[in-house]
Amino acid sequence: MYPNNQKKTGKQIAGEVYTALLLIFIYVPVGVMIAFSFNNSRVNMVWSGFTLKYYRQLFQDSELWHIFGITLFIALIATVLAVFIATLGAVGFRKAKFPGKKLIEQSVYFPIVLPEIVLGAALLLMFTTAGFTLGLATIIIGNTTLLLPYVFITVKARLVGMDPAIEEASLDLGADRFYTFMHITLPAIGPGVVSGAFMSFSLALDELIVTSFLTSADITTLPIKVYSMVKKGVTPEINALTTIIFLICMAGVLVYLIRNGMTVRHLKQTQRGA
Amino acid sequence: MKKGKEKKTAKAKISAIVMNGPIVIWSVLFILIPVGVLVVMSFMTKGPLGIIVYRPTLANYKAILSPVYGNVVRQSVVIAFWTTLLTVLLGYPFAAIMSKMRAKYSGIVMLLLMIPMWVSGLVIIYSFVILFNQSGLINTLLLKIGLIRKPSKMLYTNFSVIVGMFYMFMPFAVLPMYSSIEKLDPALIEASKDLGAGPVRTFFKVTLPLTSPGIFAAVILTFIPCIGYYMVTDMLGGGTSMMAGNLIYRQFTIASNWPFGAALAVILAAVILIMVLIYTRLGGSLDDLG
Repeated sequence: MYPNNQKKTGKQIAGEVYTALLLIFIYVPVGVMIAFSFNNSRVNMVWSGFTLKYYRQLFQDSELWHIFGITLFIALIATVLAVFIATLGAVGFRKAKFPGKKLIEQSVYFPIVLPEIVLGAALLLMFTTAGFTLGLATIIIGNTTLLLPYVFITVKARLVGMDPAIEEASLDLGADRFYTFMHITLPAIGPGVVSGAFMSFSLALDELIVTSFLTSADITTLPIKVYSMVKKGVTPEINALTTIIFLICMAGVLVYLIRNGMTVRHLKQTQRGA
Repeated sequence: MKKGKEKKTAKAKISAIVMNGPIVIWSVLFILIPVGVLVVMSFMTKGPLGIIVYRPTLANYKAILSPVYGNVVRQSVVIAFWTTLLTVLLGYPFAAIMSKMRAKYSGIVMLLLMIPMWVSGLVIIYSFVILFNQSGLINTLLLKIGLIRKPSKMLYTNFSVIVGMFYMFMPFAVLPMYSSIEKLDPALIEASKDLGAGPVRTFFKVTLPLTSPGIFAAVILTFIPCIGYYMVTDMLGGGTSMMAGNLIYRQFTIASNWPFGAALAVILAAVILIMVLIYTRLGGSLDDLG
């Protein structure tokens, strides 16, 4: 596990034990969640036999599939918007000079610096004051705003390692700005854009606070549904649902990491903000 | 020649507008203006049926100082403090151990740490209800071993809230600590030891000061969301404990007192912005908070 070691020292063994203990702590609740999705009893506290019926019920629940569709739709649109706006902005901001630029740049970080509840409350107050009807549009706007800084940061991190001379060379050789952006800049920052998009999408799928402020009575997303079910007491269906999401997520992350080489740097670029 | 240059600058202008326009417009419309509206609303009065009356007042801010809300603030700070302390004390060694592993292994460990958070942390947190309940797994286990005589009350206490919060935020706090420990030049540690400092002295005089930006980032990443995150308190704290996040959320939902909710949110935002300001003044980068 360690570079250039012949024999493990006591210190290294202690380190491995410590790592294992913390990971066990992280996975005990996960194991409990998965185990209880197979629990025969509706009352979630006691184990009373193995069953698959909650998975069957889940797949027959048309309302849940509808909610799942809405959640995917919101996450997809918000991710596309955030990636588009933040990528252009991160590239453009390097050379841009205009009054108030610093304020704008700092405000882009607001959604991660401030608790989500502050952003949710602020957007709710603005939309209602401006006479907007809450609904799909306001949820998408809220989610996009929340995702903006994550894409901005990951793209900016890629730009730091990029030599501006390459872009200048392209322009000097007669390529126009659009061509240069598409053929020089974008391929260079591509991994950052993909990481940002990936992270945004998984963030938006799990987004609860801002969405709950900006939603109307007729729109429910998966996290809102899960939260309202949890408050009534978790049923094995929720455990089954989360187990499925957990496995899908794990598969997605694994595929992504295997394609990109499994290093902490990539994980850092795809990390989710709390 | 001159004409060509003019044309180029005009084109450059258009491309600058296309690139920067969307993010400028979006930040003004959906970040700056909403925050401005929030601040203005916090000085307004609550009318009947939750309607906002545009009569400026300081009453909302005065109300926050009343003892009823003082308890909520104290509770929030206590829980956030213990969560943050636990996160840094347990997360720092974890980050240090990871930084000594080969990139491939540290990647896998980090992945194992992050995945549960990537997925709905909400339902996983609920597993603690099953674990901590009076008749839950932990109590049953402890009773069977004979460590305790009767089930101990763990659920719906500050203890269960802190464990839940720690579970939720520890993975994110490990990342900045890991980056700063990894950046540390091992030659400095060796130099310190060569000059006669013992491991403890080296840790406190060299390692700790040089990795403090990572620790501060971890503190911010735990403390901020902890205070505003009302779900864990809701689920594991029962009705007994309330944090600032719960209070704000209630003002916007059950109590329908939006101006007061806005004032609470403004105070929360102000406290956090001050913390972030100190962090950036000390040389921390906002990018590390992502």
